[in-house]
Amino acid sequence: MSAISINVNGHAHQVDADAETPLLWVLRDDIGLTGTKFGCGVAQCGACTVHVDGDPARSCVTPVAAIGSRKVTTIEGLQSRTAKAVQKAWVELDVAQCGYCQSGQIMSATALLEQNPHPSDADIDHALAGNICRCATYVRIRAAIHAAASQLSA
Amino acid sequence: MSKASSVTAMLFMVSLTVPAAVVQSEPLKSPGDFASVTDQSERSRALFVEAGKVIQSPRCQNCHPNGERPTQADNMHPHLPLVVRGADDKGAIAMRCTTCHQTANFAPAGVPGAPKWHVAPLQMAWQGKSLAQICEQIKDPARNGKRTLAQIHDHMAHDELVGWGWHPGGERTPAPGTQQEFGELIAAWIQTGAACPAP
Repeated sequence: MSAISINVNGHAHQVDADAETPLLWVLRDDIGLTGTKFGCGVAQCGACTVHVDGDPARSCVTPVAAIGSRKVTTIEGLQSRTAKAVQKAWVELDVAQCGYCQSGQIMSATALLEQNPHPSDADIDHALAGNICRCATYVRIRAAIHAAASQLSA
Repeated sequence: MSKASSVTAMLFMVSLTVPAAVVQSEPLKSPGDFASVTDQSERSRALFVEAGKVIQSPRCQNCHPNGERPTQADNMHPHLPLVVRGADDKGAIAMRCTTCHQTANFAPAGVPGAPKWHVAPLQMAWQGKSLAQICEQIKDPARNGKRTLAQIHDHMAHDELVGWGWHPGGERTPAPGTQQEFGELIAAWIQTGAACPAP
Protein backbone atom coordinates (compact mmCIF):
# COMPACT_ATOMS: atom_id res chain seq x y z
CA MET A 1 0.00 0.00 0.00
CA SER A 2 1.20 3.48 -0.77
CA ALA A 3 -0.20 6.99 -1.00
CA ILE A 4 -1.26 7.67 -4.58
CA SER A 5 -2.42 11.00 -5.96
CA ILE A 6 -5.01 10.93 -8.69
CA ASN A 7 -7.12 13.57 -10.43
CA VAL A 8 -10.74 12.52 -10.88
CA ASN A 9 -13.42 14.76 -12.34
CA GLY A 10 -11.23 17.79 -11.79
CA HIS A 11 -10.48 17.09 -8.14
CA ALA A 12 -7.22 15.85 -6.65
CA HIS A 13 -7.54 12.78 -4.45
CA GLN A 14 -5.02 11.06 -2.20
CA VAL A 15 -5.72 7.37 -1.74
CA ASP A 16 -3.92 4.57 0.09
CA ALA A 17 -3.81 1.75 -2.41
CA ASP A 18 -1.52 -0.87 -3.83
CA ALA A 19 -0.03 0.34 -7.12
CA GLU A 20 -1.62 -2.58 -8.98
CA THR A 21 -5.13 -1.93 -7.67
CA PRO A 22 -7.45 -1.52 -10.66
CA LEU A 23 -8.60 2.06 -11.07
CA LEU A 24 -12.19 0.78 -10.92
CA TRP A 25 -11.89 -0.13 -7.25
CA VAL A 26 -10.12 3.06 -6.32
CA LEU A 27 -12.96 5.01 -7.90
CA ARG A 28 -15.70 2.97 -6.28
CA ASP A 29 -14.26 2.01 -2.90
CA ASP A 30 -11.77 4.75 -2.05
CA ILE A 31 -13.31 7.80 -3.68
CA GLY A 32 -16.95 6.71 -3.54
CA LEU A 33 -17.82 7.22 -7.21
CA THR A 34 -20.03 4.22 -7.88
CA GLY A 35 -21.37 5.20 -11.28
CA THR A 36 -18.62 3.16 -12.92
CA LYS A 37 -19.57 -0.50 -12.77
CA PHE A 38 -17.83 -3.85 -12.41
CA GLY A 39 -19.05 -6.29 -15.07
CA CYS A 40 -16.31 -8.77 -15.87
CA GLY A 41 -12.94 -7.58 -14.59
CA VAL A 42 -11.19 -8.62 -17.81
CA ALA A 43 -11.94 -5.78 -20.24
CA GLN A 44 -14.59 -7.75 -22.10
CA CYS A 45 -17.82 -5.90 -21.20
CA GLY A 46 -17.06 -2.18 -21.01
CA ALA A 47 -19.16 -1.47 -17.91
CA CYS A 48 -16.07 -0.02 -16.25
CA THR A 49 -15.32 2.53 -18.97
CA VAL A 50 -13.97 5.90 -17.86
CA HIS A 51 -12.02 8.58 -19.70
CA VAL A 52 -8.30 9.09 -19.14
CA ASP A 53 -7.27 12.38 -20.69
CA GLY A 54 -10.46 12.20 -22.72
CA ASP A 55 -9.93 8.71 -24.16
CA PRO A 56 -11.95 5.70 -23.04
CA ALA A 57 -10.15 3.28 -20.75
CA ARG A 58 -11.32 0.09 -19.08
CA SER A 59 -10.78 0.88 -15.44
CA CYS A 60 -10.98 -2.78 -14.39
CA VAL A 61 -7.62 -3.49 -16.05
CA THR A 62 -5.92 -0.13 -15.48
CA PRO A 63 -3.61 -0.20 -12.47
CA VAL A 64 -4.11 2.99 -10.48
CA ALA A 65 -0.37 3.65 -10.57
CA ALA A 66 -0.50 3.81 -14.37
CA ILE A 67 -2.65 6.96 -14.26
CA GLY A 68 0.07 9.29 -13.03
CA SER A 69 -0.77 12.92 -13.73
CA ARG A 70 -3.41 12.13 -16.33
CA LYS A 71 -6.98 13.25 -15.72
CA VAL A 72 -9.69 10.69 -15.06
CA THR A 73 -13.32 11.43 -15.88
CA THR A 74 -16.13 9.19 -14.70
CA ILE A 75 -19.80 9.17 -15.62
CA GLU A 76 -20.42 11.51 -12.71
CA GLY A 77 -17.98 14.04 -14.13
CA LEU A 78 -19.19 14.41 -17.71
CA GLN A 79 -19.68 18.12 -18.33
CA SER A 80 -19.07 18.82 -22.00
CA ARG A 81 -21.67 19.94 -24.50
CA THR A 82 -21.22 16.61 -26.24
CA ALA A 83 -21.80 14.68 -23.03
CA LYS A 84 -24.97 16.65 -22.30
CA ALA A 85 -26.29 15.94 -25.78
CA VAL A 86 -25.59 12.22 -25.37
CA GLN A 87 -27.32 12.09 -22.00
CA LYS A 88 -30.29 14.06 -23.35
CA ALA A 89 -30.64 11.67 -26.28
CA TRP A 90 -30.38 8.70 -23.94
CA VAL A 91 -33.29 10.08 -21.88
CA GLU A 92 -35.42 11.14 -24.84
CA LEU A 93 -35.08 7.78 -26.56
CA ASP A 94 -35.51 5.84 -23.29
CA VAL A 95 -32.35 3.87 -24.06
CA ALA A 96 -31.69 2.21 -20.72
CA GLN A 97 -33.47 -0.89 -19.49
CA CYS A 98 -31.70 -2.23 -16.42
CA GLY A 99 -29.12 0.49 -16.84
CA TYR A 100 -26.09 -1.44 -15.63
CA CYS A 101 -24.03 -1.09 -18.80
CA GLN A 102 -25.15 2.42 -19.61
CA SER A 103 -22.43 4.35 -17.80
CA GLY A 104 -19.91 2.61 -19.98
CA GLN A 105 -22.03 3.01 -23.10
CA ILE A 106 -22.38 6.76 -22.49
CA MET A 107 -18.66 7.17 -21.82
CA SER A 108 -17.76 5.44 -25.09
CA ALA A 109 -20.47 7.27 -27.04
CA THR A 110 -19.34 10.64 -25.71
CA ALA A 111 -15.72 9.95 -26.62
CA LEU A 112 -16.79 8.89 -30.11
CA LEU A 113 -18.76 12.06 -30.75
CA GLU A 114 -16.04 14.28 -29.28
CA GLN A 115 -13.63 12.96 -31.91
CA ASN A 116 -16.03 12.07 -34.74
CA PRO A 117 -19.08 14.39 -34.74
CA HIS A 118 -20.74 12.53 -37.62
CA PRO A 119 -20.13 8.82 -37.07
CA SER A 120 -21.35 6.23 -39.51
CA ASP A 121 -22.99 3.04 -38.32
CA ALA A 122 -19.64 1.30 -38.85
CA ASP A 123 -17.90 3.93 -36.73
CA ILE A 124 -20.44 3.32 -33.98
CA ASP A 125 -19.98 -0.45 -34.30
CA HIS A 126 -16.22 -0.13 -33.90
CA ALA A 127 -16.30 2.42 -31.10
CA LEU A 128 -18.81 0.57 -28.95
CA ALA A 129 -17.81 -3.00 -29.80
CA GLY A 130 -16.35 -3.32 -26.32
CA ASN A 131 -19.54 -2.29 -24.51
CA ILE A 132 -21.92 -5.18 -23.98
CA CYS A 133 -25.62 -4.78 -23.11
CA ARG A 134 -27.40 -7.88 -21.85
CA CYS A 135 -30.74 -6.14 -22.26
CA ALA A 136 -29.80 -5.65 -25.91
CA THR A 137 -30.59 -1.95 -26.12
CA TYR A 138 -28.16 -1.70 -29.03
CA VAL A 139 -30.74 -0.38 -31.50
CA ARG A 140 -31.62 2.51 -29.18
CA ILE A 141 -27.96 3.15 -28.35
CA ARG A 142 -27.22 3.59 -32.04
CA ALA A 143 -30.28 5.81 -32.54
CA ALA A 144 -29.33 7.94 -29.54
CA ILE A 145 -25.80 8.46 -30.85
CA HIS A 146 -27.17 9.59 -34.21
CA ALA A 147 -29.71 11.81 -32.44
CA ALA A 148 -27.00 13.41 -30.29
CA ALA A 149 -24.85 13.97 -33.37
CA SER A 150 -27.75 15.70 -35.16
CA GLN A 151 -28.51 17.85 -32.15
CA LEU A 152 -24.86 18.89 -31.80
CA SER A 153 -24.60 19.89 -35.46
CA ALA A 154 -27.93 21.75 -35.52
CA MET B 1 -7.98 -27.21 15.45
CA SER B 2 -8.93 -30.71 14.22
CA LYS B 3 -6.43 -32.91 12.38
CA ALA B 4 -8.46 -32.60 9.16
CA SER B 5 -8.44 -28.84 9.29
CA SER B 6 -4.72 -28.86 10.13
CA VAL B 7 -3.99 -30.91 7.02
CA THR B 8 -6.20 -28.63 4.97
CA ALA B 9 -4.38 -25.59 6.29
CA MET B 10 -1.00 -27.16 5.55
CA LEU B 11 -2.00 -28.05 1.98
CA PHE B 12 -3.26 -24.53 1.47
CA MET B 13 0.07 -23.08 2.64
CA VAL B 14 1.99 -25.44 0.37
CA SER B 15 -0.16 -24.41 -2.60
CA LEU B 16 0.82 -20.82 -2.02
CA THR B 17 4.50 -21.69 -2.36
CA VAL B 18 4.25 -23.98 -5.39
CA PRO B 19 4.83 -21.81 -8.48
CA ALA B 20 2.19 -21.77 -11.20
CA ALA B 21 3.05 -23.73 -14.33
CA VAL B 22 5.29 -21.70 -16.66
CA VAL B 23 4.59 -21.94 -20.38
CA GLN B 24 7.79 -23.02 -22.12
CA SER B 25 8.85 -22.05 -25.62
CA GLU B 26 11.16 -23.92 -27.94
CA PRO B 27 14.85 -22.96 -28.07
CA LEU B 28 16.53 -21.16 -30.96
CA LYS B 29 19.79 -22.21 -32.55
CA SER B 30 22.65 -19.73 -32.53
CA PRO B 31 24.44 -18.43 -35.64
CA GLY B 32 27.40 -20.65 -34.72
CA ASP B 33 25.24 -23.72 -35.20
CA PHE B 34 25.19 -22.94 -38.94
CA ALA B 35 28.96 -22.60 -39.34
CA SER B 36 29.13 -25.95 -41.09
CA VAL B 37 27.02 -24.58 -43.97
CA THR B 38 29.93 -23.44 -46.10
CA ASP B 39 27.98 -21.78 -48.90
CA GLN B 40 27.28 -18.26 -47.65
CA SER B 41 23.92 -17.86 -49.38
CA GLU B 42 22.75 -21.22 -48.10
CA ARG B 43 23.90 -20.30 -44.62
CA SER B 44 22.06 -16.99 -44.89
CA ARG B 45 18.83 -18.74 -45.90
CA ALA B 46 19.21 -21.26 -43.08
CA LEU B 47 19.68 -18.46 -40.56
CA PHE B 48 16.48 -16.79 -41.73
CA VAL B 49 14.56 -20.06 -41.57
CA GLU B 50 15.67 -20.39 -37.94
CA ALA B 51 14.63 -16.80 -37.24
CA GLY B 52 11.37 -17.70 -38.96
CA LYS B 53 10.42 -19.77 -35.92
CA VAL B 54 9.93 -16.43 -34.17
CA ILE B 55 8.46 -14.58 -37.13
CA GLN B 56 5.84 -17.27 -37.68
CA SER B 57 5.00 -17.73 -34.00
CA PRO B 58 1.55 -16.58 -32.85
CA ARG B 59 3.16 -13.88 -30.72
CA CYS B 60 4.32 -12.09 -33.88
CA GLN B 61 1.65 -13.19 -36.33
CA ASN B 62 -1.26 -12.01 -34.12
CA CYS B 63 -0.19 -8.39 -34.52
CA HIS B 64 0.81 -8.64 -38.18
CA PRO B 65 -2.70 -9.40 -39.50
CA ASN B 66 -3.61 -9.41 -43.16
CA GLY B 67 -6.81 -7.45 -42.78
CA GLU B 68 -8.57 -5.10 -40.41
CA ARG B 69 -8.68 -7.34 -37.34
CA PRO B 70 -5.82 -8.66 -35.23
CA THR B 71 -5.94 -12.17 -33.85
CA GLN B 72 -5.14 -13.40 -30.37
CA ALA B 73 -3.99 -16.40 -28.36
CA ASP B 74 -1.93 -19.37 -29.48
CA ASN B 75 -4.74 -20.53 -31.75
CA MET B 76 -4.90 -17.09 -33.41
CA HIS B 77 -8.66 -16.63 -33.27
CA PRO B 78 -10.14 -13.21 -34.11
CA HIS B 79 -9.53 -10.69 -31.32
CA LEU B 80 -12.38 -10.50 -28.83
CA PRO B 81 -13.91 -8.00 -28.41
CA LEU B 82 -14.05 -6.88 -32.04
CA VAL B 83 -11.26 -4.38 -32.67
CA VAL B 84 -10.03 -2.94 -35.95
CA ARG B 85 -6.72 -1.38 -36.91
CA GLY B 86 -8.21 2.05 -37.56
CA ALA B 87 -6.60 4.83 -39.55
CA ASP B 88 -3.31 4.74 -37.67
CA ASP B 89 -3.04 1.03 -36.77
CA LYS B 90 -3.78 1.91 -33.14
CA GLY B 91 -7.49 1.18 -33.14
CA ALA B 92 -10.75 2.86 -34.02
CA ILE B 93 -11.86 6.17 -32.52
CA ALA B 94 -13.04 5.54 -28.94
CA MET B 95 -11.84 1.90 -29.12
CA ARG B 96 -8.09 2.29 -29.21
CA CYS B 97 -5.66 -0.51 -28.47
CA THR B 98 -4.74 1.39 -25.32
CA THR B 99 -8.37 1.43 -24.19
CA CYS B 100 -7.60 -2.00 -22.75
CA HIS B 101 -3.89 -2.71 -23.23
CA GLN B 102 -1.57 -1.05 -20.72
CA THR B 103 2.21 -0.62 -20.97
CA ALA B 104 2.73 -3.93 -19.13
CA ASN B 105 0.88 -7.23 -18.76
CA PHE B 106 -1.96 -6.97 -16.25
CA ALA B 107 -1.91 -10.43 -14.70
CA PRO B 108 -5.10 -10.25 -12.59
CA ALA B 109 -7.14 -9.94 -15.77
CA GLY B 110 -4.81 -11.76 -18.16
CA VAL B 111 -4.68 -8.74 -20.46
CA PRO B 112 -1.29 -8.48 -22.18
CA GLY B 113 0.46 -5.15 -22.39
CA ALA B 114 3.59 -3.42 -23.61
CA PRO B 115 4.55 0.12 -24.55
CA LYS B 116 2.98 1.43 -27.79
CA TRP B 117 0.60 -1.52 -28.23
CA HIS B 118 -0.65 -1.52 -31.83
CA VAL B 119 -0.80 -3.64 -34.97
CA ALA B 120 1.73 -3.56 -37.76
CA PRO B 121 0.67 -1.59 -40.85
CA LEU B 122 -1.20 -3.55 -43.51
CA GLN B 123 1.83 -3.41 -45.83
CA MET B 124 3.67 -5.40 -43.15
CA ALA B 125 1.00 -8.08 -42.92
CA TRP B 126 2.47 -11.54 -42.30
CA GLN B 127 -0.57 -13.77 -41.80
CA GLY B 128 -1.24 -16.00 -44.76
CA LYS B 129 2.21 -15.41 -46.25
CA SER B 130 5.06 -17.84 -46.67
CA LEU B 131 8.36 -17.28 -44.91
CA ALA B 132 9.90 -16.47 -48.31
CA GLN B 133 7.27 -13.79 -48.94
CA ILE B 134 7.78 -12.35 -45.45
CA CYS B 135 11.53 -12.27 -46.04
CA GLU B 136 11.17 -10.30 -49.26
CA GLN B 137 8.71 -7.96 -47.54
CA ILE B 138 11.08 -7.33 -44.64
CA LYS B 139 13.85 -6.38 -47.06
CA ASP B 140 11.68 -4.11 -49.23
CA PRO B 141 11.91 -0.44 -48.14
CA ALA B 142 8.58 0.22 -49.89
CA ARG B 143 6.90 -2.23 -47.52
CA ASN B 144 9.01 -2.14 -44.37
CA GLY B 145 8.54 1.49 -43.41
CA LYS B 146 11.55 2.62 -45.47
CA ARG B 147 13.91 0.84 -43.10
CA THR B 148 17.46 -0.21 -43.85
CA LEU B 149 18.50 -3.71 -42.87
CA ALA B 150 20.34 -2.23 -39.90
CA GLN B 151 17.10 -0.60 -38.77
CA ILE B 152 15.24 -3.86 -39.29
CA HIS B 153 17.77 -5.54 -37.01
CA ASP B 154 17.37 -2.77 -34.43
CA HIS B 155 13.60 -3.17 -34.49
CA MET B 156 13.72 -6.91 -34.08
CA ALA B 157 16.52 -6.97 -31.51
CA HIS B 158 15.53 -4.03 -29.33
CA ASP B 159 11.93 -2.87 -29.84
CA GLU B 160 9.92 -3.15 -26.61
CA LEU B 161 6.70 -4.29 -28.27
CA VAL B 162 8.63 -6.93 -30.21
CA GLY B 163 10.28 -7.92 -26.94
CA TRP B 164 6.87 -8.54 -25.36
CA GLY B 165 6.68 -11.66 -27.54
CA TRP B 166 9.10 -13.38 -25.18
CA HIS B 167 7.22 -12.27 -22.05
CA PRO B 168 3.57 -12.55 -23.02
CA GLY B 169 2.20 -13.62 -19.66
CA GLY B 170 -0.80 -15.81 -18.98
CA GLU B 171 -0.99 -19.04 -20.90
CA ARG B 172 0.48 -17.61 -24.08
CA THR B 173 3.46 -19.54 -25.40
CA PRO B 174 6.49 -17.21 -25.58
CA ALA B 175 8.23 -16.79 -28.91
CA PRO B 176 11.11 -19.26 -29.35
CA GLY B 177 14.45 -18.46 -27.71
CA THR B 178 15.06 -14.95 -26.48
CA GLN B 179 14.96 -11.54 -28.16
CA GLN B 180 18.75 -11.40 -27.90
CA GLU B 181 19.10 -14.76 -29.68
CA PHE B 182 16.62 -13.65 -32.32
CA GLY B 183 18.58 -10.44 -32.85
CA GLU B 184 21.81 -12.41 -33.25
CA LEU B 185 20.22 -14.59 -35.93
CA ILE B 186 18.96 -11.55 -37.81
CA ALA B 187 22.36 -9.87 -37.54
CA ALA B 188 24.06 -12.98 -38.90
CA TRP B 189 21.46 -13.23 -41.68
CA ILE B 190 22.20 -9.66 -42.70
CA GLN B 191 25.97 -10.21 -42.51
CA THR B 192 25.70 -13.22 -44.83
CA GLY B 193 23.82 -11.30 -47.51
CA ALA B 194 20.22 -11.42 -46.25
CA ALA B 195 19.26 -14.24 -48.59
CA CYS B 196 15.63 -15.32 -48.61
CA PRO B 197 14.31 -18.87 -48.61
CA ALA B 198 13.18 -20.27 -51.93
CA PRO B 199 9.51 -19.50 -52.71
